[in-house]
Amino acid sequence: MTALAAAAPVRVWQRSTLVRHLTLSVLGLIVLYFVTTSLDSFANLQFAQICYTAIATAGLTVLSGLSGQISLGHGAFVAVGAYTTALLLEHLDWPLVLVLLGSVVVGGALGSLVGVAAARLRGPYLAGATLALAVGLPSLADYHGLRELLGGANGLIVTSDPPPLSLGETFPLERWQAWICGFCLVVTLFLLANLTRSRIGRDMRLVREDEQAAALSGVHVARTQIVTFGISAAFAGLAGGLFAIVNSLAAPGAFTLALSLSLLTAAVLGGLGSLAGAVYGAVIVTLLPNWTADLAQQADLPRAIYANIPLVLYGLVLIVVIIAFPGGIQSGVRKLGALLKARFVRPLQTRQETRR
Amino acid sequence: MTVRRPASVVVALAAVVALTAGACASGGDAAESTPGITADSVTIGSTIPLTGTAAPGYSEQGPAAKAFFDYVNANGGINGRKITLKYLDDAYNPAQTVTLTKQLVLQDKVFAIVGSLGTPTHTKVVDFLNSSRVPDLFVASGCTCWDQPEKNPYTFGWQPDYTVEGKILGDYVKKNLAGKKVAYFYQDDDFGRDGMKGLDKYIDQSLVVSRQPYQPGNTDVAAQVSAIAASKADVVVLEAIPAYTALFKLTSLKLGYSPTLVASSVGADPITVSGLLENFAKQAGSSVKGQDLIEGLVTSAYLPPLDDTSNSWTALFKKIHDQYIPNVPFDGNVYYAMAYAYTFTQALARAGQNPTRQGVIDALKKGGLTGPGLVPFRYGADSHAGYTGGQIATIKDGKQVSSGTPLTTDDGDGPVTPYTQPQPQAPANGIPAA
Repeated sequence: MTALAAAAPVRVWQRSTLVRHLTLSVLGLIVLYFVTTSLDSFANLQFAQICYTAIATAGLTVLSGLSGQISLGHGAFVAVGAYTTALLLEHLDWPLVLVLLGSVVVGGALGSLVGVAAARLRGPYLAGATLALAVGLPSLADYHGLRELLGGANGLIVTSDPPPLSLGETFPLERWQAWICGFCLVVTLFLLANLTRSRIGRDMRLVREDEQAAALSGVHVARTQIVTFGISAAFAGLAGGLFAIVNSLAAPGAFTLALSLSLLTAAVLGGLGSLAGAVYGAVIVTLLPNWTADLAQQADLPRAIYANIPLVLYGLVLIVVIIAFPGGIQSGVRKLGALLKARFVRPLQTRQETRR
Repeated sequence: MTVRRPASVVVALAAVVALTAGACASGGDAAESTPGITADSVTIGSTIPLTGTAAPGYSEQGPAAKAFFDYVNANGGINGRKITLKYLDDAYNPAQTVTLTKQLVLQDKVFAIVGSLGTPTHTKVVDFLNSSRVPDLFVASGCTCWDQPEKNPYTFGWQPDYTVEGKILGDYVKKNLAGKKVAYFYQDDDFGRDGMKGLDKYIDQSLVVSRQPYQPGNTDVAAQVSAIAASKADVVVLEAIPAYTALFKLTSLKLGYSPTLVASSVGADPITVSGLLENFAKQAGSSVKGQDLIEGLVTSAYLPPLDDTSNSWTALFKKIHDQYIPNVPFDGNVYYAMAYAYTFTQALARAGQNPTRQGVIDALKKGGLTGPGLVPFRYGADSHAGYTGGQIATIKDGKQVSSGTPLTTDDGDGPVTPYTQPQPQAPANGIPAA
């Protein structure tokens, strides 16, 4: 009787994806609360940066890992999201939720449009096309007809509302921004985790493995690819909106090719296709340059070497991680988990069974 | 079975926690005293492009300013305090500027930000610095936007703004090249447009026959130069960075077009420009003598010439350069950074035995700061603008030769007037007295 009562929640946990993801999301939010209140201002800023990077990376990892399309141009969607937020805040003064939704919609719309082209391209051609997008789109800000609106090479300064007064007058801005970004990250991971376990998620994997087989089983290949591209770009747009708020800017100089490449780096480092991996990857690409710069500063090296040390260390970490975990950090974590399970959990289970 | 995958998301979030917590562990204790100031030290910060497209030349400013502070420290510091400059590489990326400036203020707890470089970069942190009440001193850019004492009480410019310089050059063209047809070749951003604003106040609009913008990054300026050549302008005013002064000259050489050149001080450092000319020509498979090509170029200078060692300031900076950073070329960037470093030490000395952030701001607002400039600062109760003019100089044999007296003006409708007071001598030990 007691065994049955205990088994029921476990069964719900195992059977219902929704319940499982909701519980984990709530847990995530609680963790976020305690983390952000214990961190100082600059760490909260880094936390917010990790969160928006993780959102963009999560979108990209679903695109590349599940539907098998590559994008070297996600920085362009981040840029579009950032400019959307900047313009909405400046001209329409909408509430933050609507502003961010605006960024999601615009990013998603542009992504679907690019997706139509992307669905016709494969491999290096798709990589090339998206690369061109990342290089070309930010310079639109300095295009003659758009310069007045988009602020040219100088870009736009974004002023978002301070934390609500109900939180107290001295509530730090960085913590408030970390809350916003952390909440968005949890929502993103919740939605994407559900998506990957839905019918669309299964279609994506089918398309990735074999397009012809997928078509034969009744999956609309092009439509799946376009939808995935749109969803992925929508989250990049959300990341862009948060980027604009946290960094208080939307400027062409901030959306370089390096941004697009660092998103892909984060996805690959973390483990392509894994949402947890997207978070690991985002942590690394956000914090590593900061640490290496500090390290280089302390070492007191000659000028020419000093400036390049962060880039060298960054490259070294990429090489080491890819050699050690070809499947990304998440694959390493999984292996470790399996090892621990084999070591501790299974013997325990067998012991219990023999006792019964 | 599938339970483990979403659970790993939470594991990942927990990992973020651990890592960011580790990152901030070195934050240090916040005493109630002024941030960045201890009994024997003053810590300041700066963001400068050390890598990327804007790095050549500008990256020298960090080491040069640091060399000056090292020299001051070796000679006892200011009121017994040694100055530490922490300069970070923002690669001219405004998002980096924001993160690094917040790092300097929130994590490293610097006393002030000094000499941060660039308009598109630094405009994004002015709000943050002012709302955090951090002195934001001597921004390395000639944007007119640093001089807004009401809105940004903590931000101060340093070099003459682009409009002031444009007015001085426009005044020169009007008086000395009267009746000649004029064309502008300008960088298509605030720098070029602010500069033209100043030029247009003096140069008769009916004489301006062509205005050609260029985009920084695009090195093909043949179309613009052809249009200017076709307009048969006798004088071309360059509101350009050094690379585009060189590109303009080389392209016009190919067209057999050689107008009188007048250039903003930004793009007129003879050492930098002649070096670039030789480099570009070499890449194109020919060889030129850079020095000969810029002979006769007219510009406006606000600091003494680099090669005039009889000038006490040049002698001082050259001595520090040779002792601390002999591997960096002694050029306009090094001179510039040492000069603003001097201005900072002066403001710090004037803030008294126990400097506070407000104390430094008050010292600047009191005015009367002197230094290596040929013209005075405009700092005062209602102005945060730096040097207020310049002296017309012509390049002869690769050197800037000054003519006439220094001129001063403002960025509004004020007249251009001669400034006749002699330049102050550098202090014997190179350290400003209070």
